[in-house]
Amino acid sequence: MSIILSDISKNFGSFAALHNINLEVPEGELVALLGPSGCGKTTLLRIIAGLEHTDKGSVIINGENKTSQNVSQRGIGFVFQHYALFRHMTVFENVAFGLRVKPRHTRPNNEIIKRKVHALLDLVQLDWLHDRYPDQLSGGQRQRIALARALAVEPSVLLLDEPFGALDASVRKDLRLWLRTLHHDLNVTSIFVTHDQEEAMEVASQVVVLNHGHIEQQGSPSEIYDNPTNAFVSRFIGQTNVFDLDEHDNEWLRNMGIINANNTGRIAHVRPHDILIEKSESHQDATATLKDWQHLGALIRLELVKNDHHSSKPLFAEMPKEQFKALALRIGDVVKLKIRHAHWFH
Amino acid sequence: MNTHSIAQHSFKDKTAKQQALKDPDWVRWSLITIALGFITLFICLPLGLVIYQALSKGIEAYWSALTQADTLAAIRLTLLVAIVTVPLNTLFGITAAWAITRFEFKGKSFLTTLIDLPFSVSPVISGFIFVLLFGAEGWFGKLLATYDIKIIFSAPGIILATLFVTFPFVARQLIPLMQEMGHQEEEAALSLGASGWKTFFSVTLPNIKWALLYGVLLCNARAMGEFGAVSVVSGHIRGLTNTLPLNVEVNYNDYDVVGAFASASILAGLAIVTLVLKTILEWKQATR
Repeated sequence: MSIILSDISKNFGSFAALHNINLEVPEGELVALLGPSGCGKTTLLRIIAGLEHTDKGSVIINGENKTSQNVSQRGIGFVFQHYALFRHMTVFENVAFGLRVKPRHTRPNNEIIKRKVHALLDLVQLDWLHDRYPDQLSGGQRQRIALARALAVEPSVLLLDEPFGALDASVRKDLRLWLRTLHHDLNVTSIFVTHDQEEAMEVASQVVVLNHGHIEQQGSPSEIYDNPTNAFVSRFIGQTNVFDLDEHDNEWLRNMGIINANNTGRIAHVRPHDILIEKSESHQDATATLKDWQHLGALIRLELVKNDHHSSKPLFAEMPKEQFKALALRIGDVVKLKIRHAHWFH
Repeated sequence: MNTHSIAQHSFKDKTAKQQALKDPDWVRWSLITIALGFITLFICLPLGLVIYQALSKGIEAYWSALTQADTLAAIRLTLLVAIVTVPLNTLFGITAAWAITRFEFKGKSFLTTLIDLPFSVSPVISGFIFVLLFGAEGWFGKLLATYDIKIIFSAPGIILATLFVTFPFVARQLIPLMQEMGHQEEEAALSLGASGWKTFFSVTLPNIKWALLYGVLLCNARAMGEFGAVSVVSGHIRGLTNTLPLNVEVNYNDYDVVGAFASASILAGLAIVTLVLKTILEWKQATR
């Protein structure tokens, strides 16, 4: 089911949380709303759900205008950051809740409810916990139950508010992958909110970057990473080296192989992996010194200082571990740099 | 080896800390003695005296004092007051707690303070407010007289005064709990298609039920035991507008010691029942 948001604005007192948001989510997509805290992403999700009312604009789900409808009539599934499981009900009753509160003429009988709940619990691989209470479960288990509960009513749209935000790192990694697979199997249009760019890139098929109540950019993860439309997106998605171009930096960049042709911008962003490093034989032709390095798993991050004495801001470069080994670099070694690619912004 | 020594070290640390926090014996024993002595002198002794005095002329005198027409009327009136005020204040308490914890509106903190007003005002003044409003010389006195409606010196006045005095109990129990719970579970229920009522009865109420019962219990104890406010509006008409606490006073002033203490023993019994239930509820709340 597709979701179309047009001209959504929302103010809290004098604070403008959202400003003229236009967004279209095609059917079957798994979309991430990504942005720093306070950017309005959760508010936008709650407006789609009907947990919050918009001041202006409309929410259209599957061609139907749902703007003035209550959350209980919208047919959405909502997963909360802190699970919000009913603490006085067993896991089974939690999942069955959405079926039991249906109006009498559409309510399935007990036998069907039982079968359906167990099927859902099987889907989230937790049927063996059906008679436990929420406080007897781990965080990851609770979130999976919350998801099963949301899916029980067969929602047309699944909305997840920082679903992995309260979990520890290893559980989060597993659940991300699991959510992706689940979405692939169920193919229900889903939107999740996150402030973690890595999570958005890993899970979503479409990423919407929000900042200060505006949409900065929307696109597939690789579009957003490779072609950021502005400095905010570029800096928010992944690491980047920022050059505010004065006379000196301009010349330095030109020496590194990057030419600001016809003044394409005043700020240059360079991704760490776009900096190529060669060991330098003499101090004369060296452009930087290796100050420190960190192990990031398969990659090594190098912290470099430019040799031009004009700025002390460190430069970050990344290279595969094997290459770093082959170069045999030590802290204090001088190196030559070449920059493969830069993004220019105004 | 290393971990072993760390464990030993922290164990030593712990015992040292315990000793550092322990008060000298004489401090402990004198504090315990003072506390126990105080409770005996000011709570157990009077309570025992009530029962002793009530039975001072034998169980038969006690029974006949209890079954006097005036005493029975006082019991009936007290029950009536409780039956009307407790449900009303339960409803009010839930409404107020809901409004305060679930909505954002101007004057919310003022409302929260206002709920506590009956606790901070002397009960006599609470009663007096109603005399000023509904008494013969009060604001609405003339109006009420033309329609021949009696509020002061009759049951409605007593009920109003009791309502006023007891209205914070339920709200005060619920507000902190509902604040701490947040409303995500309710939002979850709504998102699953439940109606507002369904959400309240199947999600909110089960979570607050012990605190609610606790508030109702305290509200009831006060409604039955209130003296000050009720005394001002009642007019002390025997067999008509005397509640149990007032009946105690009236009998005592008549030198009817057994009658006074017989009524008092009912109130004391109510207090004990309340305490026992309160303990059970607190235990339930803790093990929920």
